[in-house]
Amino acid sequence: MAAAEHASSKDKAKDKSQDAATTWHGIVLQTLKRNEIKLVPYVPDRVLTTLIKDLHTDPYFTTFPTAREEEAVGIVSGAWMAGMRGAVLMQTSGFATLANVLASLAVPYQIPLIMFVSERGTLGEFNYGQALVCRTMRPVLDSLAMEHHTITRLDELEFIADRSIKQAVTTQAPVALILSPLLTGGKTFDK
Amino acid sequence: MTNTPARNTKVMNRFDLTQRLVAGLKDEAVIGGIGNTNFDLWAAGHRPQNFYMLGSMGLAFPIALGVALAQPKRRVFALEGDGSLLMQLGCLSTIATLAPKNLTMVVMDNGIYQITGSQPTPAAGHTDIVAVAIASGLANSSWAADEDDFERLIAQSEQAAGPTLIGVRIDDKPSTGTTRRDPVQIRERFMHGMGVRQLL
Repeated sequence: MAAAEHASSKDKAKDKSQDAATTWHGIVLQTLKRNEIKLVPYVPDRVLTTLIKDLHTDPYFTTFPTAREEEAVGIVSGAWMAGMRGAVLMQTSGFATLANVLASLAVPYQIPLIMFVSERGTLGEFNYGQALVCRTMRPVLDSLAMEHHTITRLDELEFIADRSIKQAVTTQAPVALILSPLLTGGKTFDK
Repeated sequence: MTNTPARNTKVMNRFDLTQRLVAGLKDEAVIGGIGNTNFDLWAAGHRPQNFYMLGSMGLAFPIALGVALAQPKRRVFALEGDGSLLMQLGCLSTIATLAPKNLTMVVMDNGIYQITGSQPTPAAGHTDIVAVAIASGLANSSWAADEDDFERLIAQSEQAAGPTLIGVRIDDKPSTGTTRRDPVQIRERFMHGMGVRQLL
């Protein structure tokens, strides 16, 4: 019995390390850690469920929900100015609430705001409202000349996320990393 | 209105209260909300530990929460207008959850959007901001009865076991000065004031 327990915990540890290397959420978590991003406020999204759960489990992170996405942007902006790095998790419709705070806080104050946006509204969307709001996201980012990448492939995720975080910090400019359904599987009608 | 509730809180002045706060500070951080709130903070005498918002209405408390989480040993004050707070009431619940004891929030309540032409807010006359804060989980929230009470509550907040919110009723006077609107310089100086980086 003890041996079986031992084997099972060993398997779990193996699963965890495999998770880190082979799942998108495992790679995001490890990339945050490697870049010393400890503070991760979020407004949840179904696709982000496992990532959020794992962030809560890992004592390295201070992670919590906020009532609105702009609140989370304010929190990580204040934390960065006081020496602690953060990133915000949200879904597409949440990003759509951010134009004012991007244009009046993150961009003009040159704050390296790091955003992970789970992309709804495309590649199998079932809610017309989500499909429409998704179309506002890239025009808003482009109108402010903000760096953004849409991540579609697991083998490119670590490179894009790691390099983008480093670029945001060194150039003091915000960045949006859009997690495509091609990467995450997205949310479909039957889920 | 025949049923206006009695208020025993004195109507005070934003600049006077801000001066009283700043006079007692050493290296504490102060986040000034959009408009008159940060203009009067500026007018009370610039210090590198002050952060002045030039937009992002409603984010003074969230920004202050971020500073408080990053530097738990430093006292962080946040000054916010009632109209601004109405934009972001949900942040009170977030702050109640994180419960940083080094955070003191001041709500300057005159019931109007003074800077846009003194139009009444939707809360004016009937919404009790301090009651909203208490109901959001911020148990240590109270109205300052007068200037002496404000100073007492500020001092008390520095020993508190959780975050403090102080409501002050203020008049409809505009600010005494205007913040120099240079966001990069404001941010850079604030980071210097927070000991995060040296000035060039």
